[in-house]
Amino acid sequence: MPDLLERQHTALRIDGDERLARAELRRQIGRLERELGSLFAEAFPRLQLDAGVAAISREPRALGLGDLEAVRDSLATRIGEARIRLRERAELETRNRELLERMLDAPAEHKWLRISHADVGEDGCGHWHSRPRLGPLGMLMGWWRVKVSSGCPLPGRLAAVER
Amino acid sequence: MDAGAADARMGWEPSSMAGWVAPHVAAEFPGLGISWIEVDGRPGRSPDPVERRLAETSDRFYGAHAIHMRERPIPWAYRVFFRQIGLDPDRTRTPVEQLALDRLQDGGFKTRGLPADALTIATVETGIALRAFDADRVEGALCIRDSAPGESLEGRPGELSHGTLVIADERAPVGLIFGATGEDRGVSRATRRIAIAAVQVDGVPQIAVDEALWMVASTLQAA
Repeated sequence: MPDLLERQHTALRIDGDERLARAELRRQIGRLERELGSLFAEAFPRLQLDAGVAAISREPRALGLGDLEAVRDSLATRIGEARIRLRERAELETRNRELLERMLDAPAEHKWLRISHADVGEDGCGHWHSRPRLGPLGMLMGWWRVKVSSGCPLPGRLAAVER
Repeated sequence: MDAGAADARMGWEPSSMAGWVAPHVAAEFPGLGISWIEVDGRPGRSPDPVERRLAETSDRFYGAHAIHMRERPIPWAYRVFFRQIGLDPDRTRTPVEQLALDRLQDGGFKTRGLPADALTIATVETGIALRAFDADRVEGALCIRDSAPGESLEGRPGELSHGTLVIADERAPVGLIFGATGEDRGVSRATRRIAIAAVQVDGVPQIAVDEALWMVASTLQAA
């Protein structure tokens, strides 16, 4: 046992500068992990982000400078990708909201168009659907309107379906 | 009857022991620590109150909890530590995240008997990474250190690669710091005394560790 306590760590250089560098990298990894976690939560449930960063090692171990840099860089790359995907998603949702406004203003110009809550970044299962009033007659007469769905099925209805 | 009187009646007061961390490992990972507690008990079916509590814990846990879990300080601290030791926490899950995933996949925390159910309850409530060992097979104090050349986990093929972080007693590694346990070191039918160990990482407050150990110990003691 004493030899385990006194043994120098062979895999890692323990001089001051390198140890400080490793400590700084570990701090950066912590900060990046927090940021990635926030982006992951922000994206849910609209977008599923890939937060995975390939494992450096199969077994837990104290990483050297190069490995810590690789983890840090991979996390930074993941965060960059996540931000781009979130921005693209936000732009798409903005365009969909604008389209929804146009559809609400002029349903006949957006026949059969259906926009869901998810399309505009909102929770729930509802959707807006441009449909003709009174079915085929409305189609012939050009009586189009936007119908708002009633939202998510109630648990009782789901249970009835399962039965 | 107050809690103190109840404890006195049962002749039991939980008190955790602090293990040690090899100095060069502690220098790399400030805040890393191990505490454990030993409780008389044997594995077996969970009594009804424990199963009820497991079910109540399931009912309070939803998908949104799992998603936002990584933003909470203690689960985040373990995720960061996993990254720092070369593991991907989205593949090799932290204990609390693994339980969260199981909860979502199974529709509830399924009972796996004692001591597993006690560990599940405490891990979900506190976020602390807990392990159970056969206390009669642990020699001396538990510690966290890196493996020496030629060391292996008992009953498992192959040597540990040099520098693997392990939980060890005074004789040999009893398990990886997170993951596999040596074959004869875990809780088995022959176990009569259980050692519950909590691995603490930087950012995890001692009070949460103490609470987790107390929670497991009191569950096992009451069973």
